[in-house]
Amino acid sequence: MSEITYKPGHEPHPRETRRIFRNIDRVGYTPSIESFLEDGGYEALKKALAMEPAAVIDEVKKSGLRGRGGAGFPTGVKWTFIPRGNTKPVYLVCNCDESEPGTFKDRFIVHQDPHQLIEGMVIACYAVQAHYAIIYMREEFPEAAKIVREALEEAEKNGFVGKNIQGTGYDLKIILHRGAGAYICGEETGLINSIEGVRPYPRIKPPFFPAAIGLYGCPTIVNNVESLCQVRQVLLRGGEAYASEGAQRSPGTRIIGVSGDVKKPGYYEIISGSITYGELLYDLCGGPKEGRKFKAIIPGGASAKVMRCDEVLTGRNPDGSVRKMSIFGVPMDLDSIAAHGSMSGSGGVIVMDDSRSMPEMLRNLNRFFAWESCGQCTPCREGNPWMLKLSTRICEGKASPEDVDLLKSVADNICGRTVCAFGEACSWPVQAFTTKFREEFLALTKPINAFKPHNPESAEARKYMTRED
Amino acid sequence: MIELTDDICALAKDVPSPGEKFYPVFEPTPELAAEAHGYVTMYPEGREQSAVLPIIHMVQEKFGFISARSIPWIAEMCKSTPIHVAGIVSFYPGIRRKCPGKWHIRVCHTIACAMSGGEDLLKFICGKIGVKPEEMTEAEPMAVSADGLWSIEAVECLAHCGFGPNVMVNDTLYSQVTPEKIDEVLEDYRRRD
Amino acid sequence: MSPEQPILPKDAAAAEGKVNVQINGTWYRFPKGTRIADACNSVGVHVPCFCYHTKLSVAGSCRMCLVEQGMPPRLAPGAIPTYNEDGYQTIQWMPRAVVACANTVAENMGIRTNGTVCTQARRAVLEFLLTNHPLDCPICDQAGECKLQEYTADYGSPTHRFTEAKIKKGKHIEIGPRVNLDQERCVLCRRCVRFMKEVVGEEVLGVVGRGGHNAIACYPGKTLDSNYSMNVVDICPVGAMTSRDFRFRMRVWFLKSTPTIDVNCGTGTNIYVWSREQQVYRITPRQNDDVNSCWMPDSHRLNYRYINSESRLLTPLMKTDAQAPQRAAAWEPVVKAVAEQLRLCSPEQTAFIVSARLTNEELFLAGNLAQLLGVEALDIVPRRGEGDGMLISSDHNPNSMGAQIVLHKDGSTLDDIRRGIKLGKIRNLVVLGEDVTAEAAIPSEHLVKLDYLLVMDHTESATTRAADVVLPGVTFAERYGTMVNVAGRIQRLNRAIDPLGGAKADWEILAALLRECCGDLPGAAAHATSAQEVLNVMAAQIEELGGVSWASIGNQGQQIIDTGVSIPLIDREKANK
Repeated sequence: MSEITYKPGHEPHPRETRRIFRNIDRVGYTPSIESFLEDGGYEALKKALAMEPAAVIDEVKKSGLRGRGGAGFPTGVKWTFIPRGNTKPVYLVCNCDESEPGTFKDRFIVHQDPHQLIEGMVIACYAVQAHYAIIYMREEFPEAAKIVREALEEAEKNGFVGKNIQGTGYDLKIILHRGAGAYICGEETGLINSIEGVRPYPRIKPPFFPAAIGLYGCPTIVNNVESLCQVRQVLLRGGEAYASEGAQRSPGTRIIGVSGDVKKPGYYEIISGSITYGELLYDLCGGPKEGRKFKAIIPGGASAKVMRCDEVLTGRNPDGSVRKMSIFGVPMDLDSIAAHGSMSGSGGVIVMDDSRSMPEMLRNLNRFFAWESCGQCTPCREGNPWMLKLSTRICEGKASPEDVDLLKSVADNICGRTVCAFGEACSWPVQAFTTKFREEFLALTKPINAFKPHNPESAEARKYMTRED
Repeated sequence: MIELTDDICALAKDVPSPGEKFYPVFEPTPELAAEAHGYVTMYPEGREQSAVLPIIHMVQEKFGFISARSIPWIAEMCKSTPIHVAGIVSFYPGIRRKCPGKWHIRVCHTIACAMSGGEDLLKFICGKIGVKPEEMTEAEPMAVSADGLWSIEAVECLAHCGFGPNVMVNDTLYSQVTPEKIDEVLEDYRRRD
Repeated sequence: MSPEQPILPKDAAAAEGKVNVQINGTWYRFPKGTRIADACNSVGVHVPCFCYHTKLSVAGSCRMCLVEQGMPPRLAPGAIPTYNEDGYQTIQWMPRAVVACANTVAENMGIRTNGTVCTQARRAVLEFLLTNHPLDCPICDQAGECKLQEYTADYGSPTHRFTEAKIKKGKHIEIGPRVNLDQERCVLCRRCVRFMKEVVGEEVLGVVGRGGHNAIACYPGKTLDSNYSMNVVDICPVGAMTSRDFRFRMRVWFLKSTPTIDVNCGTGTNIYVWSREQQVYRITPRQNDDVNSCWMPDSHRLNYRYINSESRLLTPLMKTDAQAPQRAAAWEPVVKAVAEQLRLCSPEQTAFIVSARLTNEELFLAGNLAQLLGVEALDIVPRRGEGDGMLISSDHNPNSMGAQIVLHKDGSTLDDIRRGIKLGKIRNLVVLGEDVTAEAAIPSEHLVKLDYLLVMDHTESATTRAADVVLPGVTFAERYGTMVNVAGRIQRLNRAIDPLGGAKADWEILAALLRECCGDLPGAAAHATSAQEVLNVMAAQIEELGGVSWASIGNQGQQIIDTGVSIPLIDREKANK
């Protein structure tokens, strides 16, 4: 294998293992099929096409590959949810609606190495015997849309997509469907509704998986971009070899996106579980900015619960003994952080140092979720604007201490009562911020504010107030 | 008769915008219909409604925004109803109901970009292109400069969080944008006239 | 199986295609596939719902019907389930509430609506719904029958915690000629959207906006003008959709609702008549899955103003002389005079035109009267028209089928009667419940040439003006009786208001005439003291009505014959099941 050189500033850290991101920001690498073929592209597909579809599924199941969209559901298992004896067409949808704040991995794949995704998709489609697949791409990637369309044409010319792929008689049509800027389309059933051309409201569960009833009422597999690229890696390395690498329950590499207050934010591809959060932030990312200390970490995209850096966590050593540690001691696999009440989600790590106001951070997230709520179901539609109004009032110094409890209570009332996981996504940050940084919230409040009017209608009452402090 | 509240007006009437001089007025032509039909055929038979987003994107690219007149046409193209299309158009923030400027600037202000200065950058760019930040409201997130050359909008996450603040001008993304850098970028666009 | 091992409840239930479900501690059995909400409601455990409607697709979006659910614990592979002494597995309750509308029951499932999980969920949803609600119950038409109001009283929090500015939306939008929309009161259950799309098949309503700004709207330039538009007012659980006809006319808690049937066509749509103090204020459909589902056409719903109209006949009228004007008279002398006159008429020169808008009982009595007088020329006025492919039948008479069963008449001899009048062969005419000038095309100038014209009707018309004697009958809202719809279903009419003024129920008038005419001849029907008794007499005499009684018909009607005619909307609904 030839020596790979990367663009300055994008060289991998020695502890990184670039597989999916092998060709990202690589000098001389273009999104064209030539670059990809030179790098051994479409070999995994040829391997897959020589196998029975069921054998491909088995291979992926064996690999223990888990979805990289955030929920971490085993990909191979998802594929087996297509009902037995199904006679309807099977669809495969690639979820490229990357919009979880803090997550920025799929963007690089579709912009710089689209054939990797296409190859992974064709393998997945072959495995589930889908003959029609859709890449759902968010609207904010207009250039990627052009790049992927060209890549699809190239792939078709080279016989990797289209009719009679590689002479096997297997047909597959892949189209690109662009979203229009809605976070909720990242929810797989919202995404399916968006493709169907209706308002992208997430569908009620059950059915819990669109693999049973999905697009146009047919079995539909929805996989994240990175997951599909990982499928290619599984085929290249073999299921067992893949499973043997990294954390036992979440093998393979993970792409971590670090943003916020670190010296060197950016993307890092690591073997799952091979490093801890501390190593990531101090070693790979170069530690906090000059003169600053880390205060908080959101470990898995904006909807994950925030972790305090000085929080004492109880972990277990390999021999089963209990040990005290901080978030910095938690390994970066899919499950470890979940044991401490947060989640590693889609791998977006947002770091905040001691210069940050946590109420302001929460207000920003509340605004995001209030803006992105689809408004289908009551708690989320009505609760998010309420939480935004409360956190805004707290930040503006117009809230009373009770409002902090009210804010948390509103979040509690949303959580677990909505159609889709957005209810959790919007309420977890509020629950975690207000609980873990309660003192910061309370510091901004004044008891007298409880008696002041908070809306134009009750502003009339202001004239009866004699105290202003 | 119907009391035209803001919500109803938003569907029925187009909000005038100085950006309109840079875009043609929506006119349904056979060529346009043929192009729309091309999108319809991308989807399985009988699923014409799936083409609603591609057709909307096409209209928006050509005419800048989705005018009230284009909604019934779009509905006809994908065998849907105007109210259905209006429901779609009013749902997605990426679909505009008002004509943008020749250069449409999107500034990300979600958490990571906000931490790296996105909010200040937004105000800075507003000053540069001559619009007031207050013109961007929840109901009308996009503000257009008086000369119609620029429009600006604060958007949520552009998925490039490690390299904030991020700004998109039309289809191009600019990362780690500083006031100096955006000055150059805007100047560059201005010169393209 | 040994006698020591009794059959487990699960096997017993499975044998009848059912499952065992524990609801609030009690075990019940439901057919497989029953929705949790329906199961709970059927055993008296109320599950509040906004978006769920049995006739529409499930949206599951209001989250009002959240209930606590539990299932037996998942077993390790190879483990054998254990059963308690009652034969059930222990229920493992889930911490997360589930919607009762979208989920179906399963074997050994537990449902709790009285635990904290459920009560807190309900309280939270109601609080959310009220955050941006204008709280304008004092001026809202829905007050008194508003689900939001009821559920808040039953399950809501006594205090409110929302003190921020509310989101403003559109108010009093005239969304259609008969319906007004208030977007601020809306809970976005989308029942109206689904009804228009799924039942009517016209996608004129939709949701626009996003998140907290979501609102129901009609596309500009289009209106909600379907003839079924007012059903959205009925299914709207709150005051967002209001009837422009009923707006601000009466608080609903003052109204009495009477279950009866619509008489505008042969479908016999089941309805409620809402009245107060002799005044009818509105009509709403009443659910009957074999007749009209939950719906009714606007044109029928709004056709009630004639009940309290100025031109109602409130007293008997008679002419003392052919050239004299009609004068008000008392019932007793009028009935005597009429009976006397009828006995004098030559049967060959006399005809009866009866209305198929009369009840079976009235038709029966009219038939008896004609028979007694020896009159053979008797027929109904047929009203054939267009059906709408939904609920409006092509037969615009509500009781043509009853006329066929009771009188064996279908309007085919009406031409002969008309010709007879024109040629002067018929000199005496009895018209019961029809304006023959309009509907039977008998011109007024032919009527005035008659020797004797007796008319019984509730409203003044060209026919009543030409009459020698007018007997004031009543409208459907003031009478008891039965009718048979086009599909062969016998249904009851109930009295919502008492006969106005000096009017009398038509069956009473006919029974009195019969008694007066036949003198000492005992006729069971003539001596009936109620319409129900007349029905009993008919049931004993008419084959098709064998075994039918007021009680057996009930509020849902009783299928008595197979006419081969069906109701298109019901056919579709059954096909979709």
